[in-house]
Amino acid sequence: MALFLSVKEIWRNRNRFFLFSLVIALITTLVLFIAALAEGLATANKEYISKIDAELFVFQKNVSFSASASQIQRSIVNNIRRTPGIESIGSVGFGGADIVIPGGQKPLPVSLIGIEAGMPGNPAIITGKPLTTTYAMEGVLDRRAAEKLKLKVGDRITIKTIQAAKDKFYTLRVVGFSDSNQYLFRPSLFIPYRTWDEIRSQPDPGRPDRELVSNIVAVKATLGTDLKQLASQIQVNVTDVEVADKKTTIEAIPGYSAQQSTLNTQQIFTLLIGVLVIGGFFQIQMLQKVPLIGVLKAIGATNSTVALAVVSQIVIITTFGVMLGSLVTIGLALGIPSGVPIIFNGEKVITSLLALLAIGPLGGLVTVRLAVSVEPLMALGLSS
Amino acid sequence: MEPVIQANSVSTVYQSGSLSVKAVDQISFDVKPGEFVALVGPSGSGKTTMLAMLAALLSPTEGDVLIDGVDLSGFKDNERVKFRREKIGFTFQANNLVPYLNIQENVEMMLRLNNKLDNAGKERANELITRLGLENRKRNLPNQLSGGEKQRVAIARSLVHNPSVVLADEPTANLDSERAYQVVKIFSDLIHEQDKAGIIVTHDLRMCIYVDKVVQMRDGKIENILANRKEIDNFIACG
Repeated sequence: MALFLSVKEIWRNRNRFFLFSLVIALITTLVLFIAALAEGLATANKEYISKIDAELFVFQKNVSFSASASQIQRSIVNNIRRTPGIESIGSVGFGGADIVIPGGQKPLPVSLIGIEAGMPGNPAIITGKPLTTTYAMEGVLDRRAAEKLKLKVGDRITIKTIQAAKDKFYTLRVVGFSDSNQYLFRPSLFIPYRTWDEIRSQPDPGRPDRELVSNIVAVKATLGTDLKQLASQIQVNVTDVEVADKKTTIEAIPGYSAQQSTLNTQQIFTLLIGVLVIGGFFQIQMLQKVPLIGVLKAIGATNSTVALAVVSQIVIITTFGVMLGSLVTIGLALGIPSGVPIIFNGEKVITSLLALLAIGPLGGLVTVRLAVSVEPLMALGLSS
Repeated sequence: MEPVIQANSVSTVYQSGSLSVKAVDQISFDVKPGEFVALVGPSGSGKTTMLAMLAALLSPTEGDVLIDGVDLSGFKDNERVKFRREKIGFTFQANNLVPYLNIQENVEMMLRLNNKLDNAGKERANELITRLGLENRKRNLPNQLSGGEKQRVAIARSLVHNPSVVLADEPTANLDSERAYQVVKIFSDLIHEQDKAGIIVTHDLRMCIYVDKVVQMRDGKIENILANRKEIDNFIACG
């Protein structure tokens, strides 16, 4: 009976309900796009770190896990390696460089990442071969950059860094392409660790007394090792370092947490607006139907029948609106330029859709309460 | 013949702040099967409150109401709802019909509520629709019907589930004289044909030509009960 009433009402007032479904569809599109934008921006910022085959990251002490501020000397790396429970470690250095594009075009900025061949920090190779030495003028390039520059394995690229306030140009041979490995919104160019130390942007290159440094050390633990214990052990064994897990390391990436919390807040507010809009619409509808509800109750409809009719109507309209919004989102996503950082992550999309489906009944709670509180005596113009 | 409706010394008191208002005061009457009774009286005389008690919508403060020999005073809320659904047919002054259901669906509503929308139920609904001259309006929505047609649909709905009691609260209030007579005559005919106990609350004394008994109320009390044709006709003539 309840479903019969709600479906009939929707069908006989389909234009009004369709218009309202469009509002829900709009909210759905907005929520899904914010979620996709959050994921896209997060990925562009953290993709490399999140893909590193390591559980822990060692930073210089008191730098708030900032990779760019951290400096780990080679001697310290050796001390870290001696800690029991470690399978392998790899020094990782970060920097920036521009790949020069012939023909006077705007150069392509990349993250210049120094890694140790065969150690944690190496990207997955999709074409060509990985880096094999600690020093060579060669590199592995992110497939995104390779596609953009239309490069083949074996091609040479020229990169520009700044050393002692002067532009320096280096030619590297591309030995392989990695899967997508963005870091700080740039595709990555992986080069051998010692090469990186030589060609990266720095204020005092080639100082003879300067010790080889990296920014962080990626630690892969042996299987079954208690990571918290291992982190504490490293901090006890090695002075002036701090150890973070992957989550902490990602959250410490400049701007990452602020950006994600901003977008999450936007998403929550959009959902909240959805609750209010849906609640408001069905509340107005219900206020218009109060006399009818009174009659229905007077002739023998139970409170549960009336409540179920309201809830099922809200669920049907919300579901239809969310489905419509999802289709609109798919359509719009297909037309968005590839440069826009939007990624539809299955888990986040499902979470967002479930949240959107939940806001309907949530917004309709007040309406259900009103429907249940209508007295059958109202049908006779009386009240108790 | 045993009465279907029995009201025994029924009283109801409304509490308005610290003030107690006796809306119905020691009312007793009964209605037999096939008997059509009019509750008449000026506004505030307590006739609608009396109707609400007969419909199990309101509990009397004193006295008891028996329908088919069952005392309604012992009922819990959910039992009252079930009782109304099964035993009572209702026609109201306004907002009678569900605006988004067509005429057939509106008439069948009581069958749906009672889970009796089987072939026999559908047949009974169709018979009533035809009997009330609405067979060409079955697929129409209420907003496509005249006031008189809407009340006829409400009458069909009030009878379709074969209740013991049929109650009508001012069903002619929004109708012109011609349609009002038409509606009450149909109502009266069906109550007599189907042996229901029927009560109509009305201001319009002219409608009493179709009833078998007139219960005249004033200030919550029965002023007079007119039970023969001559008395009723005189009452109508005196207006």
